[in-house]
Amino acid sequence: MPFRHSAQRSTFALLLLLAAGIMFIGKADPTVYERTRMVVTDVATPILDTFSHPVAAGGEFIADLKLLYAAHDENRALREENDRLRRWRAVAEGLESENARLRGMLNLAPDAPARFITGRVIGDSGGAFLRSVLVNIGTRDGVRKGVAAVDGSGLLGRIAEVGDRSSRILLVSDLNSRIPVLVGESRERAILAGDNSDQPKLAYLPAEISIAPGDLVITSGHGGAFPAGLPVGIVVRPDDSEELRVQPFHSTRRLEFVRLMDFGLTGVLQDRDLGPADR
Amino acid sequence: MKRSSWQGLDTAARTVTPTLLLVALVLMGQLPYSLSGHASVTPYFVLMGVFYWGLHRPDLLPAVVVFLVGLIQDALEGEPFGVNAFVLIAVYWLVVSQQRHFGGRPFLVVWAGFAAAALIADILRWILVSLVLGAPLAPWAIMLEYFMTVMFYPVLTVAFALAHKTLPRGESGEFVD
Repeated sequence: MPFRHSAQRSTFALLLLLAAGIMFIGKADPTVYERTRMVVTDVATPILDTFSHPVAAGGEFIADLKLLYAAHDENRALREENDRLRRWRAVAEGLESENARLRGMLNLAPDAPARFITGRVIGDSGGAFLRSVLVNIGTRDGVRKGVAAVDGSGLLGRIAEVGDRSSRILLVSDLNSRIPVLVGESRERAILAGDNSDQPKLAYLPAEISIAPGDLVITSGHGGAFPAGLPVGIVVRPDDSEELRVQPFHSTRRLEFVRLMDFGLTGVLQDRDLGPADR
Repeated sequence: MKRSSWQGLDTAARTVTPTLLLVALVLMGQLPYSLSGHASVTPYFVLMGVFYWGLHRPDLLPAVVVFLVGLIQDALEGEPFGVNAFVLIAVYWLVVSQQRHFGGRPFLVVWAGFAAAALIADILRWILVSLVLGAPLAPWAIMLEYFMTVMFYPVLTVAFALAHKTLPRGESGEFVD
């Protein structure tokens, strides 16, 4: 028995050392394990894909029950919102035609047409340590690293890792997410910096800021990885704080389907971040 | 005692049960449970499996398996590679070394033991992820995750115990409740 125990102890110690070594190498070069990660993810994708259907159905059922409960108030609120939106639509149509006329006068080159790829969310890391989701589309569907992911209401994040049939979206709220944005009517430049909370921070704001809660935040397209003008969220000022944060448009929604927008831009991500398989 | 090959196969299949359960727990932890308006926080399912089998049948769960399962969790979750492998091995070691203190004790004691192990696991995980990413993570979501992990343990224990009953008897020194 003593021999068995000491053998067991050294196995545990060895495995702890090995894990520490793996972390250390990963810290020195975060891209080393990317292929391994995505191979594991690709293998798990069919299973996660299968089981995410009943999970989504269960979630929808609960959401439906809640809606049913609040149907009366919801209806009234929606009718009011509908009226308001109809007025906005008239305004938007006017602006759109004016915009087209002005563009025509300026001979402005149109933006490159976007290509959309739609995927289903099959995995969610759980949110406590990282903010990322897995989707069931990968290189074989034309997904590339760095492209923007959106849902019906706004920017979700960008593709951080691509496998053959799965890929990982780093959400804007993740600690590692940095996205160049424009804020408000004055179009101040800033960086939307995630910190794992639901509301990312606005970093690198100019000294004299003319930004107020309620201002719209859109992607700026600086750095070239993202198309410009994607809606991101609105500026908020949490109670008890001087700091400005952004409430993303997407976060109140259930995340089931996402669209990846490929504008053919690779920008700053091109050389350093692309693995051999992505090139 | 001579056993037929069928019996041997059956025993082999049952012997890998804890391993398969751990893999299933990792996958369970990845499914998107998010409900509208709620940030999604998923319990640390795989930790529950490591604790349970470390306590009851460590003979059926080699440390290398726990290590590999930790790496799978890292890969799927997108966490820095090695973090979960480290945390799970540390907890497994702790549980196996404390195993004899839990033999025949009421479930509440075991549950309290799990709460302590999960606390150590989450603090360790928080420190390691923060170190590798180079910035301290906000602790609130992790506290919520910890709370949910502890609350879910009794539910999962029922499932583990059912699987446990089908397993062949262990060597001397293992206790089965």
